[in-house]
Amino acid sequence: MQRVPILKLGDVLIVSIQIDLEDQGVLALQEDLADAVVDSGARGVIIDITAVEIVDSFIGRMLATIAAMCDMLDAQTVVVGMRPAVAITLVELGLSLGGVRTALNLEKGVALLDHIKGATP
Amino acid sequence: MTAEREMAIASSADVVAVRQAVRSVAVETGLSLVDQTKIVTAASELARNALVYAGGGDVRILVVENGPRRGLKLVFSDEGPGIPDIEQALVDGWTTGTGMGLGLSGSRRLVDEFDLISAPGKGTTVTVTKWAR
Repeated sequence: MQRVPILKLGDVLIVSIQIDLEDQGVLALQEDLADAVVDSGARGVIIDITAVEIVDSFIGRMLATIAAMCDMLDAQTVVVGMRPAVAITLVELGLSLGGVRTALNLEKGVALLDHIKGATP
Repeated sequence: MTAEREMAIASSADVVAVRQAVRSVAVETGLSLVDQTKIVTAASELARNALVYAGGGDVRILVVENGPRRGLKLVFSDEGPGIPDIEQALVDGWTTGTGMGLGLSGSRRLVDEFDLISAPGKGTTVTVTKWAR
């Protein structure tokens, strides 16, 4: 099964989805991230979907689940790099991704995490 | 109709293959990037539905023409248990599985034409069409 690498930068974990993931790969990423957050004590998680061409309800639910799960493990999640066409499609599909923080790109995602961590030390 | 392709949906790898095939035909048909994204997303939902609720099925990918307009038509068929109450199945949030209940209702919003034929024990056929603008 394809696995997405999880990179650590300071107390932030960075995941960049570069392949068209099968559903099992999506579920594996959820579990791998939970383990990685606990093992590393990370306070932030950035999921980069710049290369993701579509977000359907399954992947959308994965993003919401990861955000909720990381919140329970004391880490904040930011999804970055959503394509405009993906945002339009998600809204029409009826998926609002409530509870998922987003930023336009990796740089803004890092800045957002710094801001959140600064506000709640 | 100028082209036709048929694919089996028997595993989650096939769902990925359907997404990729629909994307490439959508590009050839001349759909805009947003419309490509919508039809590929709908295809992903409907292929997964066939897999999860019927144990598999198949999809026919057709390029259709209506005067000067070209469009992409997808016909998803399965021989699963069928849908007893189609109206209910098209309500946002309604699910008998573990999903979010957006597959059918959401897909309908993403396409220009949506047709659902199903009866208990008779399987399900969902036909969707997206026209190039």
